[in-house]
Amino acid sequence: MMPTKKNHIPLFHLTKRDPATLTWQYRLGVRIAAVVGGLLMAGLLMTILSGENILDVYASMVDGVFGTSHRVWTSLQSVAMLLCVSLAVTPAFKMKFWNIGAEGQVLVGGLACAACMMFLGSELPLPLLLVVMALASILASVIWAVIPAVFKAFWNTNETLFTLMMNYVATQLVAYFLKVYIKDGSGVMPVMKQYGLPVIGGNDYLLNVLITIALTVVLYIYLKYSKQGYEISVVGESENTARYIGINVKKVIIRTLAVSGIICGITGFLLVGATSHTISTTTVGGRGFTAILVSWLAKFNPLVMALTAFLVVFLETGAGQLNTDFGIPSEVSDIMTGIILLSIIGCEFFLQYRIAVRKNRKEEA
Amino acid sequence: MSKTVALECRGITKTFGRVVANKNCDLQVYEGEILAILGENGSGKTTLMNMVAGIYFPDEGQIFVGGQEVMIASPKDAFAYKIGMIHQHFKLVDVFTACENIALGVKDKGRYKLADVRKEVVEITQRYGFIIDPDKRVADMSVSEKQTVEILKVLYRGADILILDEPTAVLTPQETAKLFAVLRRMREDGKSIIIITHKMHEVMSISDRVAVLRKGEYIGTVNTTETDPTALTEMMMGKKVELNIQRSEPVDPQPRLVVEGLTSINAEGRRVLDDVAFTAHSGEILGIAGIAGSGQRELLEAIAGLHKLSKGTITYMDPATGKEENLRNKNPLQIRDLGIRLSFVPEDRLGMGLVGNMDIVDNMMLRSYRKGKGVFLKRKAPRDLAEKIIEELEVATPGATTPVRQLSGGNVQKVLVGREIASAPSVLMAAYPVRGLDVNASYTIYNLLNRQKEQGVAVIFVGEDLDVLLELCDRILVINGGRVTGVVDGRTAQKDEIGLLMTKSTTEEEGAE
Repeated sequence: MMPTKKNHIPLFHLTKRDPATLTWQYRLGVRIAAVVGGLLMAGLLMTILSGENILDVYASMVDGVFGTSHRVWTSLQSVAMLLCVSLAVTPAFKMKFWNIGAEGQVLVGGLACAACMMFLGSELPLPLLLVVMALASILASVIWAVIPAVFKAFWNTNETLFTLMMNYVATQLVAYFLKVYIKDGSGVMPVMKQYGLPVIGGNDYLLNVLITIALTVVLYIYLKYSKQGYEISVVGESENTARYIGINVKKVIIRTLAVSGIICGITGFLLVGATSHTISTTTVGGRGFTAILVSWLAKFNPLVMALTAFLVVFLETGAGQLNTDFGIPSEVSDIMTGIILLSIIGCEFFLQYRIAVRKNRKEEA
Repeated sequence: MSKTVALECRGITKTFGRVVANKNCDLQVYEGEILAILGENGSGKTTLMNMVAGIYFPDEGQIFVGGQEVMIASPKDAFAYKIGMIHQHFKLVDVFTACENIALGVKDKGRYKLADVRKEVVEITQRYGFIIDPDKRVADMSVSEKQTVEILKVLYRGADILILDEPTAVLTPQETAKLFAVLRRMREDGKSIIIITHKMHEVMSISDRVAVLRKGEYIGTVNTTETDPTALTEMMMGKKVELNIQRSEPVDPQPRLVVEGLTSINAEGRRVLDDVAFTAHSGEILGIAGIAGSGQRELLEAIAGLHKLSKGTITYMDPATGKEENLRNKNPLQIRDLGIRLSFVPEDRLGMGLVGNMDIVDNMMLRSYRKGKGVFLKRKAPRDLAEKIIEELEVATPGATTPVRQLSGGNVQKVLVGREIASAPSVLMAAYPVRGLDVNASYTIYNLLNRQKEQGVAVIFVGEDLDVLLELCDRILVINGGRVTGVVDGRTAQKDEIGLLMTKSTTEEEGAE
């Protein structure tokens, strides 16, 4: 019959928040608290592992990122390149097309650029060569991005697997290129700085940074104020609504991936034609995957992405400096990055739920 | 009268964010009675019952079962106190039989035999007069059979207090009558039954007492025999309301949309539409009645250019030029490009008609964003439209830039209907436009549809409440299993007549396919 044991009275329970009650100040506050809290926890861990003063740990990280003007520029370059790839994946993600193939899409762009440098470098005048390099990069990346889009649009294939697999194909293409066309058999493409983008303002990275800023603003406007950007949002939110108002969903999927491809192509061009002036299978260096994180953390807002890209670069570079200064193994940096990212993602919980403590239970207890 | 109190709630309060779902609610249910809980949508009926059934946990207040205070923190606790709830959305495993579903999740000591379960189920069905085959798979069942399984599940677990959440919403009048007969037999057996509803005539016919909630607050309980619908409506609304629909005679009805031989076969090879033919006239509301899933959605989507057809024609007669256009297999954009203003309020408001995460302005733009040259959006006109609709239809919203997902059901629908009417349609189709809306919002929508009719629009209205269909529509088309089973006059038809047409078998008259 009746349970003999009196049920336990819960001390608190969770209730869902009404999103309309949250002010932007509160949202911002929670997120800042999450970043600070994550940094604190990570710093504490570093202190325990290395036995160093926690303040020294932070100082070392800041030093690694901003210590010298060279370090500042290197950090800016890293942010810019990561941001570029993040921008590239964003239109597709806004459409809920889970493109995890930016790594490969950027790499084929870089490969096209490198091929132009190698085979046309001595044939064409520099300005024309640069135009050809840029166009070739963009074309290659667009092709690489549009292939999975076409399959998705017409046969509803799984884009996540498809784009992931194409990363490996891209890597092997580069390996093949290096093996077959590098005549000395070393498998390393010589640095061809003479065919690169001109250096402006006396700094190797200034041009990259400026181009990235321009791209960020253009993409922000494209997504927010253009008709095509609006269509991307509608398709992403609800394909049924898109059909209901007569949007050609197939066309939008393919067009959006072409936009992604264009940005990937520009990134590949900047990485090869303006930065390394050579190519290897690791030229993109995992940015294609890190970019997914950057884009998500920023809720697909290109302007906020500049901040999240910086955060990720800060953690990576700072951890590298910890390795140099205190001999903390670089693997530990991954733990640190993990802690901070976890706390940022975890804070969303507090934005969606409220912990309600039960009132008025005293008299019966 | 010495009745025993089976269940009592005292001072129950529950809030979601800043929304107060229940505020200091009291409720008493006796053994062997049927209590109706009456209230508008959003008045907190379901939330209150969910707390009794262990789905939610109250912020404040006490629940007593059989005079003892209890703590119900989960549905399992509720079952321990012999409380069972039948939810609006069924929770059954499609590939299992009725018996297997009933046995599922019951924790008996040792191994149980399905044959024993079956024996007990059969015994229960005989005692209360259920009509069900215990070995039928849920996937092959009608909605009413699924509901029976849900009730059996609760009874099998020995529930003495049964809570039914809007059980008749998915039933035809005939099925409702059967359900009520079963409920009366349970009452005679000493069970307490709580039935959540907002249909007045059902309250009057089934319940012993009525508890009324308004905006989360408990208003009071009255004996059904001592009250009447007007008094109950007043309790429910807090004021006197005039609840009738002004139906005018159609003025100069002309054929506007002629549908012939529409046939559509879905992916499983079933005919979801089978040779459907009808004519919608200007200045008339054509109702479409049928059990849920009889092809209503496919029919409207086919006309709107969203559903592929294998046969048939949809002819639009242009009132200005007298020209005829076949709309079959044209997409919504092509239909619009022909200058045909075909508006459609789909059943799935946030999944099709609107984008939940976008604000009202951007949702206004869905229909019009292509207008004008250039690659950039122009938000001026949609913003003006959004503000106009908010003002004219009294949409309760913090502003025009609030995501529509955050609005209540009635306000979401006002935004959607407002947008569809704003384009001055010549044909207006609405699928279940008042589902989930409170009485006031429902009448706002009926009035809007009537005004469109008076302006010469051909209105097609898919509804589920037969009383409303009979009050609102000039003609009613009844469909079953994708086929038209009859067309009746909205002014003279009887509810039973429509109910029979809704379940009328369509295969017998045509013989072999």
